[in-house]
Amino acid sequence: MTRTQLASGVYLTYLPANKFKTSLLSAQFVVPLRWETASANALLSAILRRGTVSCPDMGALSAKLDKLYGARIDGTVRKKGEAQCVGFVASLIDDSFAPGGERLLEPAATLLGELICHPVTRDGLFLEEYFESEKTNLIDAIRSILNDKRTYADSRLLQEMCTGEPYGIPRLGNEQITAALHPQLLYSAYQELIATSRLEVFYSGSASLSRVEDALRAALADLPRGAVEAPPATQPHVLPEEPRVLTERLDVTQGKLGMGFSCGSGDHAALLLGNTLFGGSSNSKLFLNVREKLSLCYYASSLYHRQKGLITVSSGIEFENYQKAYDEILSQLSAVQTGDLESWELEAARSTLLNAYTSMGDSQGKLENFWIGQTATGRDESPETLAEQVRSVTLERILQAMDTVKLDTVYFLQGKEAEA
Amino acid sequence: MKPVFYERLGETVYQETLPNGLEIRVVPKPDHAKKYAFFATRYGGMDTRFQLNGQWLDTPAGIAHYLEHKMFDTQEGNALQELAKNGAEPNAFTSNAMTGYYFDSTDHFEENLEILLSFVSIPYFTQESVAKEQGIIGQEIRMIEDNPDWQLYVRMLRALYSANTARGSIAGTVESISHITAETLYDCHRAFYTPSNMILTVVGSVDPVQVADLARRILPQEGGPSIPRDYGQEPEAVAERETRLAMEVSSPQFLTGFKCRPVLEGEDRLRAMVLGDMACDLLLGESSPLYQRLYAQGLINASFGGEFELIPGAAYFYAGGESRDPRAVAAEIQREADRLVREGLDGGFFQQVLRANFGSNLRGLNSFENIAVSLTEGYFGGYDPFRFPQVFEAVTQEDVLSFLRENVTADRAVLSEIVPKEA
Repeated sequence: MTRTQLASGVYLTYLPANKFKTSLLSAQFVVPLRWETASANALLSAILRRGTVSCPDMGALSAKLDKLYGARIDGTVRKKGEAQCVGFVASLIDDSFAPGGERLLEPAATLLGELICHPVTRDGLFLEEYFESEKTNLIDAIRSILNDKRTYADSRLLQEMCTGEPYGIPRLGNEQITAALHPQLLYSAYQELIATSRLEVFYSGSASLSRVEDALRAALADLPRGAVEAPPATQPHVLPEEPRVLTERLDVTQGKLGMGFSCGSGDHAALLLGNTLFGGSSNSKLFLNVREKLSLCYYASSLYHRQKGLITVSSGIEFENYQKAYDEILSQLSAVQTGDLESWELEAARSTLLNAYTSMGDSQGKLENFWIGQTATGRDESPETLAEQVRSVTLERILQAMDTVKLDTVYFLQGKEAEA
Repeated sequence: MKPVFYERLGETVYQETLPNGLEIRVVPKPDHAKKYAFFATRYGGMDTRFQLNGQWLDTPAGIAHYLEHKMFDTQEGNALQELAKNGAEPNAFTSNAMTGYYFDSTDHFEENLEILLSFVSIPYFTQESVAKEQGIIGQEIRMIEDNPDWQLYVRMLRALYSANTARGSIAGTVESISHITAETLYDCHRAFYTPSNMILTVVGSVDPVQVADLARRILPQEGGPSIPRDYGQEPEAVAERETRLAMEVSSPQFLTGFKCRPVLEGEDRLRAMVLGDMACDLLLGESSPLYQRLYAQGLINASFGGEFELIPGAAYFYAGGESRDPRAVAAEIQREADRLVREGLDGGFFQQVLRANFGSNLRGLNSFENIAVSLTEGYFGGYDPFRFPQVFEAVTQEDVLSFLRENVTADRAVLSEIVPKEA
């Protein structure tokens, strides 16, 4: 991995690779996640994708991409720690596979630069029709989180658990704030975003570093640069005095039990392993006991939120099994905390994590997501370094770190028929 | 093993058929740390009625999927855990026409492959272990029943087909799986998990000869008889025109489906898939005039898209997404197909979409999973999926127009809708 600076507050993370059929080029603005700006930034990634000065509508844009052998440029909005990353990810076939021997990186980079620096405008604003249509789409997208009940329950748990903290803000913001956006406000948000926020660029593919730098410098030549804000630091989570319990009712056939835990320790590698033992793999305590032994669910898993120091559990159960599942999840956590492990469990968890880190280099998408996450949160460990840390964690450190894991918030989604 | 080099794709595929009938494909991927193995049987959710030892058997809906869950049980314990202990990421899926078991790992590949081949070929279940799975799969069924995408899709298939067994849910229902016994599971395993009904695909930096040797050593020496299956006598007409369900969703969603002519095995199948994809993109893909018009009118959003599917004895084309007016969108799709058939395609646009499709097929070769699944489908369907560049070259505008003329017609169409529940 090579990291270079392209302009003030513009950084390139460059990963050479010849093994893929494609190159991946990503440009992401990194901004603090805030209620006031989250929806405007999300809307920007959609509205900028609608047209540029040279390709002013969807037809012209998609024709251009089709001619680059089906290149794709997707608008993206992600939450990384307490930062919001908005921008574009482009994927194009590698030059060596272009049947006509064309160079594809340069035109793709140019288009990416145009999407950021030269959107189509009228009277100094985005086109009214694009604004209205993408605003409606964003509101629909925010509402549609309800459609997938697992995602919905997971996101409700995080929101409740981190109320008042940026981590509790959904990546797209919310409906009310989106509804209040108007064209003038959005255009100034755009000007502010491109002038003052850090831009992280990522490349994976076969082109040389100098070729990539040249293409990007040219593509981003018109990017205005003012005083650039540093990526935000993540605030520590505040544990409530008593665990909070929240129940919601919807017309569903399966209940969703989510449990959020706060981790007092800062020993990331130990917590990562502890979480893998608890519910992070198909070998974990949750999988083997809540699912396989007690047949309470199809899925029960846990996730370690490294940047925020949280562990969340997600499961789908029969409504009447709430207490049983709740007790079992806590008792499995306690088994990990007290070291009630069979001899193979620790090594299995360790090799699961090592496998994931080692194979990351085989997926451009995973590499991009990983490095954008690292750079957006001010970290620079490579997957290899993280793997090394996982290798050296001892059982003692895991027990110490897991001992600081405390129940924080419980979220239960249940059906309407249970009301009677 | 015999290597075949595909110059335009930069890939080599090693192939061999073992004396027991097992097909093997190895796709070397130097410079990759990950190794991926996919072991599949030509047996899926639609194969509920078949002949075993001269007798027709009717098995409960959901049995192939149930068997998939139970195959991980071994006399020593559970193969999922054995594989995970080595850091492998194992899993399995059941589709309409296949069941596939797979893992990826960076270390201990041969040991993992041995575990995979053993547990899939050696069934081990008891009445208790079968009963215990009812709870887990019951929750899986509840989970998908709450999923609007799944409901839309399954209800569309039910509207399209009145007899074809693809109209049933692959996982079955809580009721249908309650009839599954250890004995029936053993019968199904005996019928379909024979080497001659299976294919092993490995992608990654491995020695092809060692893969074949391992398969020869672990798997049974004998193949098995070919199993006749009955997918039902499907009439040409659709089963019902419209189906609609109210659910807890944020906005209406729909799929409009078209019952297409089935396609026989062989390279025609690959050609049909390429044609179906091209027709889909030309008619309603993101670059199409229709997509842009409907998007500008606010009738569709980025969730809109379409696909062409081929399964044994059936083929269907469908499109949909979220929309405030599903009927209007379905009608527009039909009108646009009629217009294209009447007025013909724009030559420049056709070339543009051809180019884009070639690129997305090539991009698909980044994914080990995708390579393994397409080689498997190709083997079961009697074609070589890596010949897609040649097939793309041969596709003409007239081919695409005939596809639209024959398949995207009002009498072949159904509409499946999910609407928000009234508060």
